[in-house]
Amino acid sequence: MRRNLITSFLYTIVTAVLLGVAYPLLMTALAQVFFHDKANGQMIVRNGSVVGSRIIGQTFSGVSYFHGRPSAAGANGYDASSSGGSNYGPTNKKYIDRVESSVAELQGDNPGAPVPIDLVTASGSGLDPDITPAAAEFQIPTVAKARGISAEELKQLVAKHTAERQLGFLGEPRVNVLELNLELDNANSRVVSK
Amino acid sequence: MTWSGWLQILIFFGVLLVMVKPLGVYMARVFEGERTFADPLFRPIERLLYRLTGVDESREMRWSEYGIAMLLFSGVTMLLTYGIQRLQTILPWNPQKLGAVAPDLAFNTASSFTTNTNWQAYTPESTMSYFTQMVGLATHNFWSAAVGMALAVVFIRGIARRESKTVGNFWVDMTRATMRILLPICVVYGLVLVSQGVVQNLRPYDTAKLIQPQTAATTDSNGKQVTQVIDTQAIAQGPVASQEAIKMLGTNGGGFFNANSAHPFENPTPLSNLLEMLSIFLIPAGLTVTLGRMTKSPRHGWAVFAAMAVLFFAGVIVAYSAESQPNPLLHGVDQQTTVAQAGGNMEGKEVRFGIANSALFATVTTDASCGAVNSMHDSFMPLGGLVPLVNILLGEVVFGGVGAGMYGILIMVVLTVFIAGLMVGRTPEYQGKKIEAYDVKMAMLYVLIFPLSILILAALASISPVFGLTALTNNGPHGLSEILYAYASATGNNGSAFAGLSANTHFYNFTLGAAMLIGRFFMIVPMLAVAGNLAGKKVVPPSSGTFPVTTPLFTVLLVSVILIVGALTFFPALTLGPVLEHLLLHAGKAF
Repeated sequence: MRRNLITSFLYTIVTAVLLGVAYPLLMTALAQVFFHDKANGQMIVRNGSVVGSRIIGQTFSGVSYFHGRPSAAGANGYDASSSGGSNYGPTNKKYIDRVESSVAELQGDNPGAPVPIDLVTASGSGLDPDITPAAAEFQIPTVAKARGISAEELKQLVAKHTAERQLGFLGEPRVNVLELNLELDNANSRVVSK
Repeated sequence: MTWSGWLQILIFFGVLLVMVKPLGVYMARVFEGERTFADPLFRPIERLLYRLTGVDESREMRWSEYGIAMLLFSGVTMLLTYGIQRLQTILPWNPQKLGAVAPDLAFNTASSFTTNTNWQAYTPESTMSYFTQMVGLATHNFWSAAVGMALAVVFIRGIARRESKTVGNFWVDMTRATMRILLPICVVYGLVLVSQGVVQNLRPYDTAKLIQPQTAATTDSNGKQVTQVIDTQAIAQGPVASQEAIKMLGTNGGGFFNANSAHPFENPTPLSNLLEMLSIFLIPAGLTVTLGRMTKSPRHGWAVFAAMAVLFFAGVIVAYSAESQPNPLLHGVDQQTTVAQAGGNMEGKEVRFGIANSALFATVTTDASCGAVNSMHDSFMPLGGLVPLVNILLGEVVFGGVGAGMYGILIMVVLTVFIAGLMVGRTPEYQGKKIEAYDVKMAMLYVLIFPLSILILAALASISPVFGLTALTNNGPHGLSEILYAYASATGNNGSAFAGLSANTHFYNFTLGAAMLIGRFFMIVPMLAVAGNLAGKKVVPPSSGTFPVTTPLFTVLLVSVILIVGALTFFPALTLGPVLEHLLLHAGKAF
């Protein structure tokens, strides 16, 4: 008993140093050397300042940007220091009401058009960087009108930022909203400079 | 449902199947102390570890001493984690200057990580410093997993050994599990995760300037409406990959971030998702081969594997079908499956994973006692959420937790053999060992502690409006499901949640903390007693009346016993929760 108790303490200390300090520090060193960008969150830098992470979504509103999904992260959504979902169950009135108001907002001047489901449902992380190709397609007319860019050109932009299934079979096809919107701003500045 | 979805599920299982045998054989060699190819690398480290900690590696323990060493070690490590949380303000690697964790929450978390549950009543990114995550929590991911593996090996030795008083040395088994299995896999696997985009750094949180600043209306302290401009996004960072690797491999499941494996920094791509799911099942599935090899009956190992596979597929088929259904209460939305969208129930799910990978992950994480999530189980359709709940209530024996799944199903095997013996009126034997009254009593103790803890505590929470019900996000039958899931998850040492339950209250922190300790240690002790008792028995040669444990008939009986024990115990509670919600949903009722 006494011997095992002493070993318990010693074993805890020695392995805590090994598994809790040496192992993560070794991994940090290796990751920083071999995968510097990925290990630090794939930050996008524009004009010298960080404007976001390639794999973390942001809030977009109004008609001139593609919208991401509703977010339950933090008080105002897309809070990347407070990730999480709504945890609304399928029979929750608050859930049904929230979807209804999102639908009304997104249908805008096109009432009655069914809205792709991912565009009115909150993701698990609240930080989903992606929408489905269907959700991007749905928003093309609105953004095209607001931006003065042809729907055809927008379609090409969306296609450019659509990732197919990884390795051809894994996951689902998806459109990265932040990258698409950054490119939108670029496209607009091209239009202006013409 | 899509062909692509089914294909991904089959590929997942196919890859698992390929990996099971080599790993299982390797683990058997490691725990039997045979030479392996990696000896030159690991022997010196192990020798040093034994010298520093005063372990005599040739000394064997009886089951009781083994159990005491395990309890002492668990107690000491639990204290360490409690202490680190309380003192994190004066410890290093706290760039966000996070304050000390409250005592009740620190107790809950220490219980949670010590018991391999990883229930999280806290929001990690705003509660735990990098030091606490690394030294206080990730260490437990190794320790609790290694303890589980050691205990499973003890049970296997109990079956394999003859007239033996001892079952092995706790410290040696722990060390071998950690140094030769968990740690080497984690180093490689962690780096692969980083290559997919899982972050690994010690930097303070980043602040990004938003592309499109937003205004939000809030109410200030005087109750006045004010508009607030939000033009930045704080992005939490941390040493995630090193923890993510062992979190999955050790079936721990405690996320570095609140959103767990739904968070893009924990699980950025469909490939990382596939690897995370595989690493949950890898060791538990491999242990079936270890069982076959160490008991010199490989076909018995595969018969157990087959039973697990049947229950796994049953779960994933129901979950995937349920989640693909449209929610009849929603209007003006397109929930159909097309080439451009997965459709179905997307609340709480990520686009990159879609329906198939979310349903599969939910099934895998609760078949095993992992509890990591890549989608929010609370937002599943009633029957979709029923699957993870039932998986936990069946005792997480479908592959199960590392080690815990193996000794869990071996208890079920003992009961199966016993029931088969009763049916033909002979003394039941298992691998030549007579199963006697003492073994069955201990096995039943193991089986009964589980529902007692879940049902009594869940009932207590359900009838206390102040303590229990104020924490709910969802009303109606779904509210009962939230409570039932919480106590099932805690007692089953799973750790996933119907996370709408705001469980960071004194009441929930203490009762769930207690449930986790009961579900781990009160069940381990009778299990060890069975193992120790089996080890001491003589082997009788098989006769024509012996029930063979290598046949499909055995697999069918084993599955039936698991289902009947689970169903008889929990059917009434499940009827009032998910089943009732399903019926009401289709009657158009919301709460």
